[in-house]
Amino acid sequence: MIDYSALLMIWRRDMIRLSRDRAQIAGSLARPILWLLVLGFGLGSAFPGFHGIPYISYLFPGIIAMNLLFASFLSAISIIWDREFGFLKEMLVAPISRISIAVGKAASGATVSFLQGCLVLAFIPLVGVSIGPWRLLAGLPVMLLIAFAMTSLGLLVASRMSSFEGFGTIANFVIMPMFFLSGAVFPLATAPRALQMVGLINPLSYGVDLLRWLFLGVRQFPLMLDFSVLLLFTAAAVGGAVWAFCRRL
Amino acid sequence: MNPPAIEVSHLVKRYNGLTAVDDLSFDVQPGELFGFLGPNGAGKTTTIHILCTLLAPSSGSASVAGFDCLNQPRQVRQSLGIIFQDPSLDERLTAWENLEFHGMIYHMPKLLRRERMEAVLDLVDLGERRHSIVRTYSGGMKRRLEVARGLMHQPRVLFLDEPTIGLDPQTRRRIWDLFKQLRAQLGMTLFLTTHSMEEASQCGRVAIIDRGELLALDSPQALVAAHRAENLEKVFLTLTGHGLRDEEVSGPERMRDQVRRLKRWR
Repeated sequence: MIDYSALLMIWRRDMIRLSRDRAQIAGSLARPILWLLVLGFGLGSAFPGFHGIPYISYLFPGIIAMNLLFASFLSAISIIWDREFGFLKEMLVAPISRISIAVGKAASGATVSFLQGCLVLAFIPLVGVSIGPWRLLAGLPVMLLIAFAMTSLGLLVASRMSSFEGFGTIANFVIMPMFFLSGAVFPLATAPRALQMVGLINPLSYGVDLLRWLFLGVRQFPLMLDFSVLLLFTAAAVGGAVWAFCRRL
Repeated sequence: MNPPAIEVSHLVKRYNGLTAVDDLSFDVQPGELFGFLGPNGAGKTTTIHILCTLLAPSSGSASVAGFDCLNQPRQVRQSLGIIFQDPSLDERLTAWENLEFHGMIYHMPKLLRRERMEAVLDLVDLGERRHSIVRTYSGGMKRRLEVARGLMHQPRVLFLDEPTIGLDPQTRRRIWDLFKQLRAQLGMTLFLTTHSMEEASQCGRVAIIDRGELLALDSPQALVAAHRAENLEKVFLTLTGHGLRDEEVSGPERMRDQVRRLKRWR
């Protein structure tokens, strides 16, 4: 069903495009800087933080998740881009399965997003987080998983959209609540009940929780729950993206 | 005997209450240069998209190279090439990368792929610019690259949806010479839509359609003779009327179309 040479080429094409897109690379660096500066240093200097951890350190895993989330949705736009500029047709008339195209786009989007998440790791020395090499290494597959899940979700949304503007509007309604209600910026445990409930159904909460446990040693949910939710959600999102692709495109 | 290169039988396509293709039937023989004419919005591109497996018909059937478009899409796609009406290159890649992509998704082994890439680039005279980003190409160069790409896997049936639109006479002539060469050397079947009656006159047979229905199908000479007309354009106008046409597309699609046109002429 999956055509690996086609999948690889679809992935490679998006990598070539990324390497030529300086603005996207610059943007992926600027985003965490802004959030860390404004929230981390600005807000952080006004109150002590949580669990005895300085706020900027507490925020840091959330910022990694944030960059993954934003980058994932931005790379999902490429499917609208491909449709708008006709290149999608080149893929659709080729003797390859729709699944290969969907998985190829999810893989390339997730890679781009993962790389942008890794850029955030460069700020570790500035935010007072001390993390051993093994925990850092363990963080990478978690980041990749989050990237895959969010990109697939983005593709699912993008494949239902016919314009950049439409996608931008919907994406904001998905990205913003997902980010703010994932425990990335404040702990869900002490939040009002209603917000907590939303946080519990937000799959990103479990990704943030895992990252925070790896980076800072504190967590809210059982590890098994974090892993299971993340894996299940990734599988569901990839499946959803494939389904939307086969149906709509 | 070989199956027809293209077989369309009682084909119907409706969308949103609009009948784009209405009980269309015709055959195209292998090696034929077939012209598919009609005013804007007549259903030409819709028919091509059904033949290329991009759209499913509402009823009726269509086949390419003996394979059914609805039930054997993979074999159909393997047998056909298409030069789309609208640009479909990745403009951020080089010509070489665009062709490499094409070769990979058509499962061409590396050696054959490289050989064909060289060959088609030479054919359209873009060998020296192969490593330039496509965005820096002129309109004619982009079109030539699309043609080169469409030929790379040597399809048995090549669809050309207004392949020479917006090109200067030099490029147009060049591309036409190429088409003739391909038919002579490879026996390729060419299915062409065009608004140029001069180009249509060079086809072996032409079909004239309007509002999704077939109005006439014969050689250009026979059509001119049968209508006692001076030329093919007169036949075309007699059959399809003198009124102006709008392309029947939905709101957002129309807007996208306009954006695309603006981009093309930029």
